[in-house]
Amino acid sequence: MRFPRALGLAALLPACTYAIDGKYTFQTPQTLIARDISDLHAWIMAVIVVIFIAVFGVMFYSIFKHRKASGHKARHFHENTTVEVLWTLIPAVILVIMAWPAAKVVLAQKDTRDAELTIKATGYQWFWGYDYLDHGFGFKSKLATPRNQIEDYHRDSKQKDAHYLLEVTEPLVVPVGTKVRILATSNDVIHSWGVPAFGVKQDAIPGFIRDTWFKAEKEGTFRGQCVELCGRDHGFMPIVVQVLSKDKFAAWVEQKQKEAKAAADDPNKVWVRDELIARGKTVYEANCAACHKSDGAGGGAFPALTGSKIANGPIAAHVGIVLSGKGAMPAWQGLSDTEIAAVVTYERNALGNSVGDFIQPKDVKAARK
Amino acid sequence: MTAATETLNPIQGGHADEAHGHDDHGHHASTGWRRWVYATNHKDIGTLYLWFAFTMFIVGGLMALGIRAELFTPGLQFWQPEFFNQLTTLHGIIMVFGAIMPAFTGLANWMLPLMLGAPDMAFARMNNWSFWLLPPSALLLVISLFVPGGAAAGGWTLYPPLSLQFGMGMDLAIFSVHLLGLSSIMGSINIVVTVLNMRAPGMTLMRMPMFAWTSLVTAYLLIAVAPVLAGAVTMLLTDRHFGTHFFKAVGGGDPVLFQHIFWFFGHPEVYIMALPAFGIVSQIIPAFARKPLFGYHSMVYATASIAILSFMVWAHHMFSVGMPATAQLFFMFMTMLIAVPTGVKVFNWIATMWQGSMSFETPMLFAVGFVCLFTVGGFSGLVLSIAPVDTQMHDTYYVVAHFHYVLVAGALFSLFGAVYYWLPKWTGYMYSERMGKFHFWWSMIWFNVTFFPMHFLGLAGMPRRIPDYPLQFTDFNTLASVGAFCFGLGQLIFLYNVIHTIRGGVGKAPANPWEGSHTLEWEVPSPAPHHTWETPPAREVVEKGLKEQLL
Repeated sequence: MRFPRALGLAALLPACTYAIDGKYTFQTPQTLIARDISDLHAWIMAVIVVIFIAVFGVMFYSIFKHRKASGHKARHFHENTTVEVLWTLIPAVILVIMAWPAAKVVLAQKDTRDAELTIKATGYQWFWGYDYLDHGFGFKSKLATPRNQIEDYHRDSKQKDAHYLLEVTEPLVVPVGTKVRILATSNDVIHSWGVPAFGVKQDAIPGFIRDTWFKAEKEGTFRGQCVELCGRDHGFMPIVVQVLSKDKFAAWVEQKQKEAKAAADDPNKVWVRDELIARGKTVYEANCAACHKSDGAGGGAFPALTGSKIANGPIAAHVGIVLSGKGAMPAWQGLSDTEIAAVVTYERNALGNSVGDFIQPKDVKAARK
Repeated sequence: MTAATETLNPIQGGHADEAHGHDDHGHHASTGWRRWVYATNHKDIGTLYLWFAFTMFIVGGLMALGIRAELFTPGLQFWQPEFFNQLTTLHGIIMVFGAIMPAFTGLANWMLPLMLGAPDMAFARMNNWSFWLLPPSALLLVISLFVPGGAAAGGWTLYPPLSLQFGMGMDLAIFSVHLLGLSSIMGSINIVVTVLNMRAPGMTLMRMPMFAWTSLVTAYLLIAVAPVLAGAVTMLLTDRHFGTHFFKAVGGGDPVLFQHIFWFFGHPEVYIMALPAFGIVSQIIPAFARKPLFGYHSMVYATASIAILSFMVWAHHMFSVGMPATAQLFFMFMTMLIAVPTGVKVFNWIATMWQGSMSFETPMLFAVGFVCLFTVGGFSGLVLSIAPVDTQMHDTYYVVAHFHYVLVAGALFSLFGAVYYWLPKWTGYMYSERMGKFHFWWSMIWFNVTFFPMHFLGLAGMPRRIPDYPLQFTDFNTLASVGAFCFGLGQLIFLYNVIHTIRGGVGKAPANPWEGSHTLEWEVPSPAPHHTWETPPAREVVEKGLKEQLL
């Protein structure tokens, strides 16, 4: 982990200059497509401003000159075929001139062939998961902004970071100058994966895979947010992409592959209860605390876990609800067997509950069927 | 037209049949609550619609202020995120179905019979029912805030699978949408039949007021698409409760199918809220320019073309779902094409003003404000129609800015203009011009302060429907929130002005307070008596007005 963090620090300087510079207009384009979009927009705005000035120039001239108060008498004309044909045809011609370059960009955007790296981006309520399909590892990328910076109901929130709501536990890392194909899909509801600086936005639809692509031209860190309403924490699932040089990316991949091997839970390991509780606490904080709160007290539509019938009832039903969700609660199929065993054990033996039992990962695996 | 006279006869027959049933309340009108609950008179029902719409405008407006309060500064100050989502959802549904659409139906109810020389709407009792479905459906939406799990929180678009997750608030919203759709369909049937069958002698289709034309086309659009929405939400309901999988991928369904169905309704819906506004503005501008409407025929054709094109552009709301390139191109081209007839309309309005003898009473101010700001909304629509640019703008505040320019500065401003224009006819009194002008300028300024900065927020990438935002969006959000509260406050002036007018205003209104108005509603006294045009207007009266309009 130290390695990417050092890289992150190195990337911080350029990140400040062009990741969040967009305040009035687009973020500085970092890909060919984003630049095309920006140019297209500038050209259309120029046409619009000219038309606007011409049309409203005429209107305001009329408003100032043809007033009853200044004694202007109305002239009772009500049609003129030449003028009417002209103001139908001229806009049509202007539209064709606008449509031509736009169509070329559409075709370029849609051309996802010949990608050199393919990454699957999966939307979850409410974070992103990235799987490097070519390299056999993946990770979850969650909001890193602490809740005490966000929640300000009692006017006691902490000072907000520069990248408030735009920082994640672990960014998507891609090499510079490489055509990266993103396969977007979702685990629960529709999300949308987008990075404005890359000119990329693709809805992540459960049950379907849709693709898009980008080719970053500069190293740095670039930030976006989920752009399709996906429930409670829609505003709290940013997308952060770190662009590295090809060499550094290769090193990072090697590192991640090693880590993945080392960190993989042995699915056959037999856990003792206290180990599960300790592991479950981290799983709980990362996934459950947003709704059920760190102390299990719940709030609003989200029930308390402390003293809840499910957390104190039969363990099979408890595992069942975590796996399949209920009402506003999403299904947590995306967690590993070990993580589910740990979090269920934690919920039953902490947060004010003391049922005393626990469950092994292999039993969770059986419960999935 | 003798044909038109003949078609009036059965209606008069129907009226005579009813007369004995009416004895107790028809001519010595029933009073108290019975007048309103049993209302069959188009003016009473129109009044009910308008007050209902204004009430919903206030309710939806308060929700908007709830949204803007939370967005005043970064961080969560007032609401939990899920309640914030409920506010955005209900604000949308209430403003679209509760405020704008009933307001236009109310205007059509009040004005169409008067403008066409008809004694009432074609189906007076259905008219009563279509209004009285509205309060219960509005109530369902309000109640849904208090049920376990709260109101629907998936946005007014109700996209599944998110909308499958909510509690019974969602079911109440679905049922409410069903009732609202039923009400719209009945209201539309009434408008179609009234416009087609009950015009005064001599008033052919191509000579009737533009407001009648746009109401007619709007009614057809509604009859076509309201059932589509009803179908979409019914499929949601069965997915939620009866084990179907229309939109659930796990059972072989497709979440995107809902979006196609919804927007097949949703895009014509945009024009359902815009076309009547075009009609109103086409009545007001000639009246205050003291000059006939320029290009009446092209106006009618433009209205029809917009209506037809509106069925072929729905997927421009879905450029980011990942459609094939050919679909992106098709929907982009069709969408851009709508700029042509819309442009024709704007040019016609300006040509109507050109060489006129203009005065700027409040209705005219709102009409000119409409033309300016609706065009801004049209231009941002053109920007959004370009599919690659939409990649950046989709689901950002740019879209929010765009549709509020079209719906607030468009539909709402036209409604304000209409109210000021016809208030003397409704109440028999003149409104305070000073207060009216203040209301206009106040709304104009704060509207722009609220919504113009949202273009910049969208360009910079701020997603819509988020309760909290990164720090670089702070300045414009704060500005927009200040604007929204001022805009909202200004509407109380409007309410006061209307009540003041009902109670006597600044003096009695003549039958026709405007120099340049020549449509039939100005031939009856002010206030319009409870029953008007019980016999069709004389041919000469109709021809005189049409001649003034050069029709």
